[in-house]
Amino acid sequence: MPRLIKQRELAHEDYLLLRDARSLTDIPDAVRAIVPLALWTERRSALIARGEIGVWLAPADDPAVLAVDLAHLPVIAIDFPQFTDGRGYSHARLLRERYRYVGELRAIGDVGRDQLYYLAQCGFDAFLIPDGRDAEAALASFNDFSDGYQATTVRTPWFRRRQSAVANAIDTQFPCG
Amino acid sequence: MYRYDAFDHRLVQERVAQFRDQTRRFLRGDLSEDEFRPLRLQNGLYIQRHAPMFRISIPYGLLSTRQLRKLADIARRYDRGYGHFSTRQNLQLNWPRLEDVPDILAELADVEMHGIQTSGNDVRNITSDHFAGVARDESVDPRPYCELIRQWAALNPEFAYLPRKFKIAVTGATSDRTAVLLHDVGLTLVRNDAGEIGFRVTAGGGMGRTPIIGHVIREFLPRAEILNYLDAILRTYNRFGRRDNKWKARIKILVKERTPARFARDVDDEWAHLRGGAATVPDDEFERLARYFTAPAYESLEDDDVAYKAAIADNRAFGNWVKRNVHPHKIPGYAIVTLSLKRTGVPPGDATSEQMEAIADLADAYSFGEVGVSHEQNLVLRDVRQRDLFDVWSRLRPLGLATPNIGLLTDIVCCPGGDFCSLANAKSIPIAEAIQRRFDDLDYLHDIGEIDLNMSGCMNACGQHHIGHIGVLGVDKNGSEWYQVSIGGSQGNDASLGKVIGPSFAAHDMPDVVARLIDTYIDHRHADERFIDTVRRIGVDPFKERVYATAD
Repeated sequence: MPRLIKQRELAHEDYLLLRDARSLTDIPDAVRAIVPLALWTERRSALIARGEIGVWLAPADDPAVLAVDLAHLPVIAIDFPQFTDGRGYSHARLLRERYRYVGELRAIGDVGRDQLYYLAQCGFDAFLIPDGRDAEAALASFNDFSDGYQATTVRTPWFRRRQSAVANAIDTQFPCG
Repeated sequence: MYRYDAFDHRLVQERVAQFRDQTRRFLRGDLSEDEFRPLRLQNGLYIQRHAPMFRISIPYGLLSTRQLRKLADIARRYDRGYGHFSTRQNLQLNWPRLEDVPDILAELADVEMHGIQTSGNDVRNITSDHFAGVARDESVDPRPYCELIRQWAALNPEFAYLPRKFKIAVTGATSDRTAVLLHDVGLTLVRNDAGEIGFRVTAGGGMGRTPIIGHVIREFLPRAEILNYLDAILRTYNRFGRRDNKWKARIKILVKERTPARFARDVDDEWAHLRGGAATVPDDEFERLARYFTAPAYESLEDDDVAYKAAIADNRAFGNWVKRNVHPHKIPGYAIVTLSLKRTGVPPGDATSEQMEAIADLADAYSFGEVGVSHEQNLVLRDVRQRDLFDVWSRLRPLGLATPNIGLLTDIVCCPGGDFCSLANAKSIPIAEAIQRRFDDLDYLHDIGEIDLNMSGCMNACGQHHIGHIGVLGVDKNGSEWYQVSIGGSQGNDASLGKVIGPSFAAHDMPDVVARLIDTYIDHRHADERFIDTVRRIGVDPFKERVYATAD
């Protein structure tokens, strides 16, 4: 069973990922579900009326098409068919920073612990860890790095924080060799 | 030069810990080869023909003597006592053990070095002018800007899984020494009419299978916007660069397919959203970084030191060396010295641990404790007093580091080739050596004058053969090694790509082929005309005719 990580903790599956749903009848009654972008685009009004529906995006999809729908989407999933296909990192940042999406952003597909830190920096807050990977052990990797230089969705660049940080940290624990 | 503070140290140490854990999981079988490969590449570790190859980043080609001694020490203890300086200002070790790499990285971290993003589909080492900060023709010192961009690139969460590798060069001189137009992004520091500093930005240049000269996509980018603009370029590339075909995945193909004008507009559209945002660089950050690169304590000296001039007149060997290996310095009485790593019989760019340590001693004694690395695979003492040049030369000679051939035919730029690299189609080092042996007459070499000979063992063009005045590319024909020759390539402000002269040659023909090209040049040259100038004036045909007429 794939395991879900949310807010840096193991969580229960709350949305059924329907990778191949093509019509409304493919969505079981009374479940929360994540549907393909094509179905969302085709049956948008009906799906909004139904509620508790999220959308998943493939790497080639343009997140801009969801810009007007964000308020209706409790979750957007971004698929990584291979973890080496990094388009989803940029799409996550666009959703968070340009389109101001505040719902859940879930990484699905070939997601492993070695990607979690960067994914979280780009705005993902949920991760569906596939079968065969140790989701519990993966939690530690959120702490692979304590900080970074760049602006991300969760921090400003270090050069904007340096002065106050240095002033507040007289007893730095690392030597300035 | 730049020094790590507590923050920089912490990040690099965290990276070492992360990679140690990844290596452990791989060796234990928890990570598959496919899962581990991109992770090790992002830390500079290849699996090569004989052993892993490990690439250490030398940001913008600047080393302290402490760092150089550590590299020598690592090469001795973890490798076979030598390292290879590459065309991207990195150092490669050819024989480390995979299990040892986390320990090597930990030792490197102690001297403020790492292997972060020296391979993989990410933003690679930022390269720059090996004369940065000391060149006479420099309008803006690129080093603080390189450091800013290094930090932006290092462990950048959004751009770790690009379609392909991404190379950035930065220069601030009138005369380009970085091959800036042959980079995915080339940044030339310029001042506008108001005296403000900014960048002329080129994109889509590169070598490899499809060599292309970069296109200007912005004439003047205010320096405060550099990171926003780089984010815009990289995001555009990350989203739209081709991922279906490895050979079409570099940004140059995206720029070409969209056209440079449209690509520039796409970047501008993205930049419009980022402009003035969080990554806008305040002036005080530029000033803070510039303070790491203030001038050392130069003495007040006159140019043309008397004893130095006398030594040139008295000693022909010294005079030859000065002519080729000593370059003008911006401070009177000082000189820039290139140490040739192109002695015949030694693979181009290789240096032993003993040489590295001796160079570190010399740099401490004569050059403020810093050493530069050039993309032509030589080392540089950046700040030598003219009056010390004779002593420096005398000490370099027994080390085999005073070959007076900088910019000459035997100063061959060459990748490790089929002797080491698993990507190579053909060997390159023995061909370079055969050519060096053929042209062993120093007077003749000096008479031939300035010429860039570049050699790559495969299409990936690590030896930058496209921009060699003479370029040699190793190709595979039915399982045997052949060499394709091009002429007319050039780096610099008027960069051009070489043209292939015809069918390829067997290895043993190569010294003759080069000799015939040189003979053609000698016959046709005007006074003071370099090889490349003659090629540009008379075209490829006379060279081609001469080479193939007698080759049968």
